[in-house]
Amino acid sequence: MFWQVTLKFLEGFGATCSVFAFTLIFALPLGLIISFGTMSGFKPLKAVMKTIVWIVRGVPLMLQLFIVYYGPSLLFKIPIGDKFVATIIAFSINYACYFSEIFRAGIEAIPRGQIEAGQVLGMTRFQIFTRVTLMQVVKRIVPPMGNEIITLVKDTALANTIVVAEIIYHAKTISNTIAEIWPLFYTAVFYLIFVGVLTLLFGWLEKKLSYYKV
Amino acid sequence: MEFLEVQGIYKSFGNVSVLRGIDFTLSKGEVLSIIGSSGSGKTTLLRCINLLEKADNGTISVNGEVIIDAKEEDSYTDKQIRNKRLRMGLVFQQFNLFPQYNVIDNLTLAPKLRIKENKSLTKEARLEAVNAINKEAEELLASVGLSDKAKSYPCEISGGQQQRVAIARALMLKPDILCFDEPTSALDPELTGEVLRVIKELKSGDRTMIIVTHEMEFARNVSDKVIFMADGVIEEMGTPEEVFDNPKSEKLKAFLQKSDEKF
Repeated sequence: MFWQVTLKFLEGFGATCSVFAFTLIFALPLGLIISFGTMSGFKPLKAVMKTIVWIVRGVPLMLQLFIVYYGPSLLFKIPIGDKFVATIIAFSINYACYFSEIFRAGIEAIPRGQIEAGQVLGMTRFQIFTRVTLMQVVKRIVPPMGNEIITLVKDTALANTIVVAEIIYHAKTISNTIAEIWPLFYTAVFYLIFVGVLTLLFGWLEKKLSYYKV
Repeated sequence: MEFLEVQGIYKSFGNVSVLRGIDFTLSKGEVLSIIGSSGSGKTTLLRCINLLEKADNGTISVNGEVIIDAKEEDSYTDKQIRNKRLRMGLVFQQFNLFPQYNVIDNLTLAPKLRIKENKSLTKEARLEAVNAINKEAEELLASVGLSDKAKSYPCEISGGQQQRVAIARALMLKPDILCFDEPTSALDPELTGEVLRVIKELKSGDRTMIIVTHEMEFARNVSDKVIFMADGVIEEMGTPEEVFDNPKSEKLKAFLQKSDEKF
């Protein structure tokens, strides 16, 4: 029984990992773009972006998942069809908003003098951002990003509410079938291992970036 | 026609007018020191000259060519502003080295980016230009006495060494005029000497420089011309002897007396 459950969980864990990976791939760049919006000098854009961030951070992720999954078919009679795609869309938008605030904090913490030094050396704004600011932002945001990314690992469990076959979904199904609760608790091992690996990874990254101080 | 001509510079932040009509000229190879108490507008003037602030009014010309005309400053394209900035170099009070690059990369980053941008260069010409920059960086680093620190990161060297690197970095762009914004104010007293020595060596290299400083002895020593600023205007201007030994205005007399009292 135990091995059968483990095999099923490994399968579900694959889905967990893909939700995690795809969310990161989309949410990181999107978050950066949103942070530019919330820092924009153009007031209307700034207001719109701040409102979006407020709504997305203010509404439970589970609800957003339902909105993305059921919304299109209820409103426009166009079903989104793929549960997995709906999950990625909802998660990416949600996490992008959280990431955007981390990016904003990181970017605003860069001393004005760094940008001015780039300016007097005749660098373009783009060059200053990519060559001077970005690496310093990365160093500053590793710890808060680590936090958020670890939260994401566990938030993937929410996908089971729209029947994405991730690990919690399998655990619930098995628990119901065999009328025992232990499979549900057993999933914690998988999350712990995943988060353990991520923790090591972030530790390594922090160490790798410790050759300079910002 | 003088090498640098600054005419009628005005600048205000909101209701506070920081610069109220600044005029001065400087010949090629001359060193100008600007002294004055905090809030007199020295740093703002330097920032206007380097286009980090937009002057409200006035013009700045180098070698007869108008670099900045405040009336047209809004119409300058980004590219124009960048090219104008390159005519001037600026060494900051806080050094502002890029912490994630080692010393030699701090020197070569901006010049190499300019080569990369220049699409008309052939591959060979590009390589040659990069080599020239590397060589030049090494030479400049040697001239500020830091050849052995080429691979160090800014956090690994002292403040005085960082400022010497910053000076070499500014020189990489071959500015017509090199400006210093209180280059030793952020340094421990025992580290100011090495930086001031480097600046003094630059003077013998015939460089045109503007130095905002609180080091009176140094200003007297290195300058061809001294400006004393107070409340956004040039209160007094002249040779070091005129300014330091025969101050005319009451404000300058009071200022000099106060700087002496420090000890």
